[in-house]
Parts: sequence; C-alpha cells; structure tokens
Amino acid sequence: MPSIEAVNLSKKYGSFTALDSLNLKIEGAKCVGFLGPNGAGKTTTLKIFTDMIRPSAGHAMINGITVHEHKRKALAHCGALIETPEIYPSLTPSEALSMIAELRGVPHSDRSRRISEAIEEVKMEEWADKKVGKFSKGMKQRINIAAALLSEPDIILLDEPTTGLDPRGMSEVREIVRSLKQKSRLIFMSSHLLNEVSDVCDEVAMIDHGKLLVYDTLANVTSKFSGDGSDGSVEIGTLRPLDEEILKSNVASIPGVLSFERIDVKNARVRFSGGPESQERILVALVTMKIGLISFRPSSSALEDTYLNLIKDTL
Amino acid sequence: MSNSSQTEESKEGNILPSSVSQVGIVTKYEISNYFRSRRFFILLGIGLAISALLTFLIAHYGVSSFGTTSLDFYSGWWGRSATFIVVFCAIFFGGDAISGEFQNKTGYFLVGNPIRRSSIYIGKWFAALAASLIILGVFTAITLANGLYYFPSSVPYQFEESFVFTLVYLISALGLTFFFSSLFKSSSFSILVTVILLLFGFSLIEELIFVFAHIEPWFLLSYGSEIVGDILTNPYPQHTIQTTGFGPGGRGPTFTTYNPTIPEGLAIMLIYFTVTAVLGLVLFERKEFT
Ligand SMILES: Nc1ncnc2c1ncn2[C@@H]1O[C@H](COP(=O)(O)OP(=O)(O)O)[C@@H](O)[C@H]1O
Ligand SMILES: [Mg+2]
Repeated sequence: MPSIEAVNLSKKYGSFTALDSLNLKIEGAKCVGFLGPNGAGKTTTLKIFTDMIRPSAGHAMINGITVHEHKRKALAHCGALIETPEIYPSLTPSEALSMIAELRGVPHSDRSRRISEAIEEVKMEEWADKKVGKFSKGMKQRINIAAALLSEPDIILLDEPTTGLDPRGMSEVREIVRSLKQKSRLIFMSSHLLNEVSDVCDEVAMIDHGKLLVYDTLANVTSKFSGDGSDGSVEIGTLRPLDEEILKSNVASIPGVLSFERIDVKNARVRFSGGPESQERILVALVTMKIGLISFRPSSSALEDTYLNLIKDTL
Repeated sequence: MSNSSQTEESKEGNILPSSVSQVGIVTKYEISNYFRSRRFFILLGIGLAISALLTFLIAHYGVSSFGTTSLDFYSGWWGRSATFIVVFCAIFFGGDAISGEFQNKTGYFLVGNPIRRSSIYIGKWFAALAASLIILGVFTAITLANGLYYFPSSVPYQFEESFVFTLVYLISALGLTFFFSSLFKSSSFSILVTVILLLFGFSLIEELIFVFAHIEPWFLLSYGSEIVGDILTNPYPQHTIQTTGFGPGGRGPTFTTYNPTIPEGLAIMLIYFTVTAVLGLVLFERKEFT
C-alpha cells in the first residue's frame, strides 16, 4: 500500500520557522488535498519529500523509506511536480519526457507509448515536437505534469499544479487529477484554493504557519468544525469605508450574529447562526443601515468557513 | 521487496537504471542541449575566427614568422592559442553549468526524480567535455592542416604531447569552472567569477608573485598549464632562469623566472581537477533547491 509520512518534520530558514514539527501519515490509494494559504509551508513540505531541501529536524518517508537517506529508492515509485520547473528550451516535450522516461527506467518497449499517452493526457499533442523555449507558462506546466505521470508511479506529489494555468487549463488539470484517482494511487496535492481541494480530493490536510491543523476526510472536517451546519458567514462589501466602531455594535445587535470582523477598509465578514432566516435578517438590517452596501456574499460552504476559521486561529 | 540499491523494480515494470547509467543518460541529453545552444556556435565561431586569422597571417607574412622548423610552427600556432581555446570552453560550458540550473530553474525538472545529484553533476560535466572536445577538435584539425601544408614530412612528437597536455588542462579547467558554478546560484555571477579568474586573475597573481614574492607559483593552474607551450620549445625551458636587470647604478635586482617541469605541470592540473571535482560535488549535494 502506498504511503507517505512526515515525522516531526521541521524546516528553518535562519531564525524563521517555515515548518514546525509536522506529523502526517497518509496511507492507501486516495487523493489528499494539502490545503493552506500562501506561505503556509506546503511547498517546503513537498520539497523535503523530494529531497530538494533538507529538513532541519525530523524526516520524510515514502513507502517507509527515508527520502534524504535513500533518495533513489524512496523516489523510485513517486512522481512529483514541485512549483514550476523549467525545461531546457532547446528540447521538445517528447525529448524532455524521454529523458525522464530513461532516467526512471521506463522499459524501452513502452517508452514511446507512455510518452505519447502522457502528452495526450495533458492535451499537448500538437506541440509534442516543438521546442519548449517558446511555450507559455501554462504549456510548460502541462509538460511538467506529464513528466510527473510518465512513469506511472503509485505516489504522485503535486504542488499547486494549476498555478499559471488559465481557467480552462485549471479545470483540465483537475480533470486529470480526478482521472488518476481511478488508478489506485496515492495523490497528495497542495493548493491554496479550497474549491479545488473539495472538488477533487477525498481527504484534506490543512496547514498554516508550518503547523498541521487537521487531517481527516472532507466530510469529517466539515462536520467536526461547523457545528450543526446552520452556522454560516457572509462577506459584505461597501461603497464607503466602514466605520468599525458604529457597525460593530449595530451589527452585533442583529439576532443570530456571532461576530463581525473587518477584512479591510470596505469589506467585512459577519458570522451567524440560525441558517438562512438569520442570513435574510442580516441582509435586511444592513440595507436599512445605509452603509453603502454593494455586495453580500455568503461563504460557499461549511468547509470554507472551517478553513477560514482554522487559519484565522493560527494568525 | 528487494534490498538492492542498484536496481529497484517497481510493479509498473520500470527498472531504475544504476547511477552510472543515469550519468550516461544525463550526458546524452545534455549534449544535445549543448549542441543546440547559441553558446556552442559562438564558441565554434571564435575557434574558427582564431584559426582563420592565423591561417591568413601565415599565408600573408610567410611561415618563417614562426621560425624555421616544424616545431617552431606548432609552438607559434598551438602553443599560444590552445590554452586560450581551453579557457574559453571552460568558461562557456562550465561557467554556469550548475548555477544556471538554479537560476533558470531547469534543475528543478530533474532533481525531484530518483537520481543522485552527483549523477546530474557528472553527466553535465561529461557533456561539457564533449562539447569542448568538438571545439578543440576543429581547432586541432585546422592546426594540422596548416602544419602539414607547410611541413608535409612529419608532425613533431612534441605536438602530440602538447595535445595530450591540452586535454589534461581542459579536464582540469572544466573541473574548476564547474566548481565555481556550484558555488553560486546566479549564472551571470558565476560566469563573471570564472572569467575574472581564468582570463585575468591567475596571470595577475603570477605577475605579482614574480615581482614581490619570488617563489615558484606551483599553486596556480595557469602555471601548470604552461607545459602545453613549453613542450613545443626546443630545448625545453629550464626550471629556473635567473635574469639580472640593470638599475640606475649598474647592476639591478636579480629575478627568477620559473617554468614548470612536465611532471610538475601534470601534477598541478590533476590535483586541481581532483580537488575542485570533489568540492563541487559536495557543494552540489548539499545545495538546497529553495
Ligand atoms: N529560501 C527561503 N528563505 C527564507 N524563507 C523562505 C524560503 N523559502 C520559503 N520561505 C518561507 O517559508 C514559508 C513557507 O513557504 P512555502 O512552503 O513556499 O509556502 P506555500 O507553498 O505554502 O505557499 C513562507 O513564509 C516563505 O516566505
Ligand atoms: Mg507554494
């Protein structure tokens, strides 16, 4: 059974702690989202898993093998895409992929089939024999994804694979990740986009400030942190700068409101309980206050609230 | 599960090649990358330009400008230019070989794979050597073509030795530039450092030592490489030459000029290679791809 495990994994850059004793064990064929805001420590974690950087303490294991000590063995069954690598501009995608295929020991008889399948998977057939040098960032990222899938590894590490892609590219990549799931693999994909994780993953590990906040199935995380499901929050936007003092007391007096906090000068978040009835009352009250309300956006899901709640607490 | 660290069989049927085979694979693809690079053609152009200039000068002013014997010819032609070509190859192909992988982020494409960093380093080194050998090969061919045109009877055996020494110098200079390229993460900075060192630094230090310290500069790679030219002079220059200058009041100070012996020159170059190769590999193994 494929597995990855971080044991007391820490990384310091000088005196700054980017990763703080992370403990996380993921086992079995599933897709796990590694969710956290920018700077949370996602890339740092994945770089340690691929031996691109050394941990300051602790260790990372793939299939029970410590990566830093036995890199070749540990990564033999693991394909990874970390950040956005560049490919030699003079090579074509076919050549770059065949370099990876050879290095990873894809059997000669299978090589060209796997390369063309991988290129097809990322929809780059037309470009297979053009030099990478003139490709856009999104096109290169597709080739990088193809490179990670090429050797048909049982563990795939993806670090924000949709960054740099246009909306259509993003949804295509999510589709690719979803299709990989059917092939009994362990996929560990980092993202700062909640909807991306809830779209494709079965489980979620949330991280912020280098600390693991929670690791569980999507359903459990949602129910564990959002009470009976009638809690919610809305983000409001106004035309004029918000006067926090006045608003805070006024809004807080609306029945059902749990908290009011300013996001910036013209935006604020209101948390409430009591379901849609409360939500309606709040909207009516805000309009009556004539604070210049121009937007009223309920958070899309309980999971989003959980995410926002969790990362707020670690600030 | 197998315990062998040499080959690792996966259930997908992939058999991870040995680290040595991976060096070969990296070399193969790096060579095709070098041969398509603008840099390679610029350097080829420089090699051809130097050759063309020499061919023209000899044709115009006559072969006697270099002397009367075939050895004089090879000394004048090869002895002066070969080390220059080597230095250019080392800078062009080695100056940012490793730093460029960081700066351009191309290193990130490979390091996440089951391959030792040293295999990448060594593979790139062999590719740089191959690219340099092509340039040097072209220059050698033109040298020989001219040499045989003017002195058809034979090629002096010293030229063969000089050629071998040039190869040793190339190996050593590439080791040195690879080392410097793994010291930095900026391409242009590491190229700058190798240019300053190889084109000016060594000779400046040698000059300063000659004027002030009066010791044999056995610790300078450029000093070791002087055997490339020295072997083409007959007789081989003496290890130490005393010259007395003339000052205002008659006899001036006495200077000692040093020439490396052949074993000494070879030892300097090989030690440079060994030390810089080990240091470069260790540095690259420890470097963080942040
Ligand atoms: N080379 C580095 N030097 C100093 N700090 C770094 C370095 N790399 C990353 N960091 C810091 O470590 C933290 C985690 O970074 P990262 O793992 O890239 O976050 P994420 O991928 O979750 O956005 C950030 O605060 C970032 O600024
Ligand atoms: Mg990141």
